[in-house]
Amino acid sequence: MGLRYGTGAETLSDLTFSLQEGGFYFLTGASGAGKTSLLKLLYLAQRPSRGLIKLFGEDIVTMPRKRLPGFRRRIGVVFQDFRLVRHLSAFDNVALPLRVAGVEDKDLETPVREMLNWVGLGHRSSARPATLSGGEQQRVAIARAVIARPELLLADEPTGNVDPEMAKRLLHLFDSLNKLGTTVVVATHDVHLIARIGRSEMLRLDRGQISDPTGALRNPPRAPIA
Amino acid sequence: MKPSPRKFGTADRGLLPEGRITGPMPWVLAIMMFLTVLAAAAGLGLGTAARSLDADVGNSITIQIVEANPDFRNAQARIVISELQKIPGVTSVRRLGEEEMARLLEPWLGEGGLEADLPVPALIDADLTAEAYSNLQIIRDAVAAVAPSARVDDNAQWLAPLAKLIAALRWLAAGLVILMVGATAATVVLAARASLDTHRGTIEVLHLMGATDVQVARLFQRRIALDALFGGAVGLVTAAAVLLVIGNRVGALGSELLGSAGLPLTSWLLLGALPVGGVFLAMLVARITILRALGRLL
Ligand SMILES: Nc1ncnc2c1ncn2[C@@H]1O[C@H](COP(=O)(O)OP(=O)(O)O)[C@@H](O)[C@H]1O
Ligand SMILES: [Mg+2]
Repeated sequence: MGLRYGTGAETLSDLTFSLQEGGFYFLTGASGAGKTSLLKLLYLAQRPSRGLIKLFGEDIVTMPRKRLPGFRRRIGVVFQDFRLVRHLSAFDNVALPLRVAGVEDKDLETPVREMLNWVGLGHRSSARPATLSGGEQQRVAIARAVIARPELLLADEPTGNVDPEMAKRLLHLFDSLNKLGTTVVVATHDVHLIARIGRSEMLRLDRGQISDPTGALRNPPRAPIA
Repeated sequence: MKPSPRKFGTADRGLLPEGRITGPMPWVLAIMMFLTVLAAAAGLGLGTAARSLDADVGNSITIQIVEANPDFRNAQARIVISELQKIPGVTSVRRLGEEEMARLLEPWLGEGGLEADLPVPALIDADLTAEAYSNLQIIRDAVAAVAPSARVDDNAQWLAPLAKLIAALRWLAAGLVILMVGATAATVVLAARASLDTHRGTIEVLHLMGATDVQVARLFQRRIALDALFGGAVGLVTAAAVLLVIGNRVGALGSELLGSAGLPLTSWLLLGALPVGGVFLAMLVARITILRALGRLL
């Protein structure tokens, strides 16, 4: 698969890989290597310029537009720039995926509170993003990404703004989610993080090309999800 | 979880910052609605006037017998009346009496003008069925046969220029209403686009979370519907107040034609329905605009 923005050189070229259902992946590479671009393809914000992407067993490149929302709901995303909704409180930001899925207000109170407590922001639930620190915003973004128990979690540098203690805690959150069956992809260049999850595999991007240092990708998985 | 809900959860209210009444949009819509209601009221009022004009003079004729000799004149008048009464389709015949004539001529001759031995024509009013009215020639022939000096006047003829003016004004009013509807739609398109721009970030996030176009469009639709409702209500109330004041002034004039231009209840109901129509139009236009814009996202 390849991706080209406009008429420039290909940002991603000749990537071939598959992610196993229930796997835990780290996506690494220097800044500008194309990590965010690759995640964008996976969370359906972008179609590749060429090639094939299958997600949950279906070709998402040629999929009609109106089927995409259903797929997006199965994916949780932590954006590199958080993308919190400015005028909504932390609570409402976290509740967003549930509201999109049509969950009634009375049914989302408990899970959202629990999730905010989990990321240590129970006391800031009515705060607007602008009044939160970078790290707090990032935790809201993470809470929002995982609240709907996605089948695939894509996190773009999710620990870039938090202290090591919180990074550990957040990674633990991803880990528990992964144990419950969610496939996790974390883009990061924090090697300490990678070492923490023993069973994880690493995808290395180098100027838009994939390198496969662990060799994990050489064996085609039996149940590919992406 | 429902597979593809059309709505957000119960409280999607907060998803877009829902200012009370913000920005110029509701006020612009209020002005549009004000002008639309006035134009529509003028059209409806003129319609009532046209109908009452028709009822007053419709299918009626006046026969004038211009004869200097009063005896001769009266004799001819009697013959014409009896002749007219024989014609099928003539529903009533009546000679205008001395007093009525005096009243009609007073503005020209002054009080007591008729007392002078002025030769005044005899006037005979006749009401006809629609069928007889459409074949006036039969009556003209019959009258001419007995009274060659008599003149048959079609009353509607006198008012034809006025009727034409009223018709033209009604078309103008209808045209204005249509233009206002177009302008309202254009305003809503602009407002919807501006709103989309303002909330682009929020829309993108909702979109990436799997919100459908219809879900997102509903948020905007409701906002714009609220603006339109406010604008419509303000416009309607103001226009109604203006119409009532004008109605009072016209009543004070005592003019028969203008007075007949009053609005019956059905017309008021129609005017009241305009803002409702405006809200639906705004919602529809907003929905189409937003769905088209969202269609451009992946
Ligand atoms: N929307 C875009 N339009 C054009 N070029 C882009 C766009 N997004 C990213 N790029 C380019 O693609 C390359 C990879 O960027 P990115 O995927 O953000 O890398 P990373 O996340 O690994 O730092 C960079 O050279 C960047 O300038
Ligand atoms: Mg990046």
